[in-house]
Amino acid sequence: MGKTLNIAPITRIEGHASVAIHLDDSGNVSDAKMHVLSLRGFEQFVLGRPVEEVPRIVPRICGICPWHHHLASNKAADACLGVELPPTGRKLRELCQMMAYIPDKILHFYFLAAPDFVLGPDADYSVRNVVGIVGANPELAKKVVHMRYKGQMLLEKFAGKVIHPIAGVVGGFSKPLLEDERKEILAGIQELKDFCVFTIKFAREEVFPKYLDAVKILGVFPSGYLGTVRPSDGALELYDGELRMMDKDGNFDQFTYPEYVDHIGEHTEPWSYLKFPYAKKHGALKLDENDPVGVYRANCLARINVCDKMATPLAQEELDIFRKEFGRPTHLTLLYHWARLIELVQACEKAEELLNDPEITGREHRAKNIQPRAGDGVGCVEAPRGTLIHHYKTDDNGLVTMANLIVGTTHNNAPMNLSVKQAAKALIKDGKYDQGILNRVEMAIRAYDP
Amino acid sequence: MTKVTVAEEWLNACAGCEIAILNVGDVLVDLLVNNLDFVHIPVLIDKKYFGQTGEEKELSIPEAVVGIVSGGVRNEEHKEVLLEMRKKCQILIALGTCATDGGIPALINMYSDEDLKQFYYKDSPTTDPADYPTEHIPPLLDRCYALDEFVKVDLSLPGCPPHPDWIAGAILALLDGKTEFKMPERSVCDACPTVRESKKGIEDIKRLYEAAEYDPEKPLNEMRCLLEQGLLCLGPVTGVGCGGTKGAPRCISARVPCRGCYGPIRKGAKPLVDYMGALASVGFDPNKMLDRRGYLARFSGAHGVLKKIG
Repeated sequence: MGKTLNIAPITRIEGHASVAIHLDDSGNVSDAKMHVLSLRGFEQFVLGRPVEEVPRIVPRICGICPWHHHLASNKAADACLGVELPPTGRKLRELCQMMAYIPDKILHFYFLAAPDFVLGPDADYSVRNVVGIVGANPELAKKVVHMRYKGQMLLEKFAGKVIHPIAGVVGGFSKPLLEDERKEILAGIQELKDFCVFTIKFAREEVFPKYLDAVKILGVFPSGYLGTVRPSDGALELYDGELRMMDKDGNFDQFTYPEYVDHIGEHTEPWSYLKFPYAKKHGALKLDENDPVGVYRANCLARINVCDKMATPLAQEELDIFRKEFGRPTHLTLLYHWARLIELVQACEKAEELLNDPEITGREHRAKNIQPRAGDGVGCVEAPRGTLIHHYKTDDNGLVTMANLIVGTTHNNAPMNLSVKQAAKALIKDGKYDQGILNRVEMAIRAYDP
Repeated sequence: MTKVTVAEEWLNACAGCEIAILNVGDVLVDLLVNNLDFVHIPVLIDKKYFGQTGEEKELSIPEAVVGIVSGGVRNEEHKEVLLEMRKKCQILIALGTCATDGGIPALINMYSDEDLKQFYYKDSPTTDPADYPTEHIPPLLDRCYALDEFVKVDLSLPGCPPHPDWIAGAILALLDGKTEFKMPERSVCDACPTVRESKKGIEDIKRLYEAAEYDPEKPLNEMRCLLEQGLLCLGPVTGVGCGGTKGAPRCISARVPCRGCYGPIRKGAKPLVDYMGALASVGFDPNKMLDRRGYLARFSGAHGVLKKIG
């Protein structure tokens, strides 16, 4: 009789999930699944709340990327109430979006993903973590902790709260940016930019080359991709634009936020609380790693695949290097880590650009004379882990009557499952497995969602 | 100094509390290297419940002096992990308002699980209607609970998330051999520097899309109390602490009203009743308040505070 390996919890990710690997009588993988174990019910418990309060509730979907939920929710609420933002309010929100990206990506790369690369996937679990990184390279570790903290505190000092933010309000932003604050944040962002440029160079030259073999075999399968682009030129967008759904060969559809319902369907499997979004164009979802149907991926590699170019110069130089080596689209799952750092450079450059825009310190930071009304609004932003779709409907009093949420990790539910299955089948043969092999299976998940 | 062993778990949680631990800042590296020995913490360390190759049958967490748990208890797995943590840890800390009072996810206690699943798996505009999943996933409990509804909690650090000052304070107190560390039992208003004129005269409570009046060049102690400006601020019935040991309330710093994320001022307090009094004191008719339960129990729906509608 075969047996089941129950890998629980999946570690160094955000969220509650486990992997079950089923082995047949000869010890080969017959199936492998990722089970998402929790259902909190945000779509239900925002019902009946004033829509302008929802951006203060939904950040608790994720404490690692609360700003992105806060901002997507504000956009959806603006749309329900028919509010136009003054340019300064819009730019302050975009600045926060960029500033929230920077510490998140530093955290992801160094704390969650890097132990597999720096200490090696076979290192014992007790040292294969951030403490192990401190032991292996104390100076770099101190710098990493300091830079992540600095990024967080710059945002907290300006916007009041960095985890579960409050400063985005329907109609704009709750406070203006003063000139002294602007100068202080700009100096901090320039220091962070230097560190992030160092990080991508360090990763490109000293970390990834050692693991190119793993990159080429772990979790690899062809799929579609979802991301946001700037409508004028197809550049990679992290805050506001149009959605692009690409197929595995690189053909794509581009559409506005409210049109998401025409392009994305959601399927349920009996063994996971989390639904499985799929590309509606293909009519159905087939979770077969050799011949997947309807499967698309979100998050940084998806954005790097769907965009025509980067929006800023240093990030563009990095994309040129990446594309020359891997082409477009590339389906190599572990390249998420590389794509993540290219975006990190764009987030730094974009924050700098916004801080140098004279309108950022304007005093018209929020719209006036907002009234409750019946409405239907879709708000999206790109969160580090993928496109956030917040869709609300309101009654005449501006109270929520419907909320549909498709968030970053959800988009990647089907591809994470396929990556797990593909990795398990490639690595476990004839009953031979150990901690290092099973950790490699988890690496296929960590690429998407630490 | 010998290191203190620490185990950490998150239950019905979002990871915000874990990020708040990282926001303790530069001292973190020294604490990690010299003082703390994390033996189990899923967000950072690959320790597995069923052994490193997943073959053991019983869920197991290593023994530790200090156990930190964030999140409330919403399903059978959360409960099992919590009981195991209690068994293995000498001192159990409830970290964050989800752990101490249910937090935002306890808003679900107003609704039935049937309604939740009906929308999520059948009625949502993007979903292909399907039977509810039941295989290999822990069943939901009847509602969302706080930790102390199942186990003894030794130390409560509320906050959504808790300010790093309190996390660092609690850790340093424990390292010093103390097991007592208490949050102050005062209200957000006690730490709020805004100006109260104590005049009655509010006719309508403003909604959050309406702005406070203030001069951005001037500090908070020159801005009028937001409740007195007619903005629904939950400062009077919310525990103090979001600004850390010294700072001003964080929402007020962003010039927006408090929504209660530190939970009630003390265990057993009744924010709903107390807030009606606060509103009456500024001259507002509490019966006109929109979505009263949704505001007043937004972070504290465990302990039977929020019950199902109908």
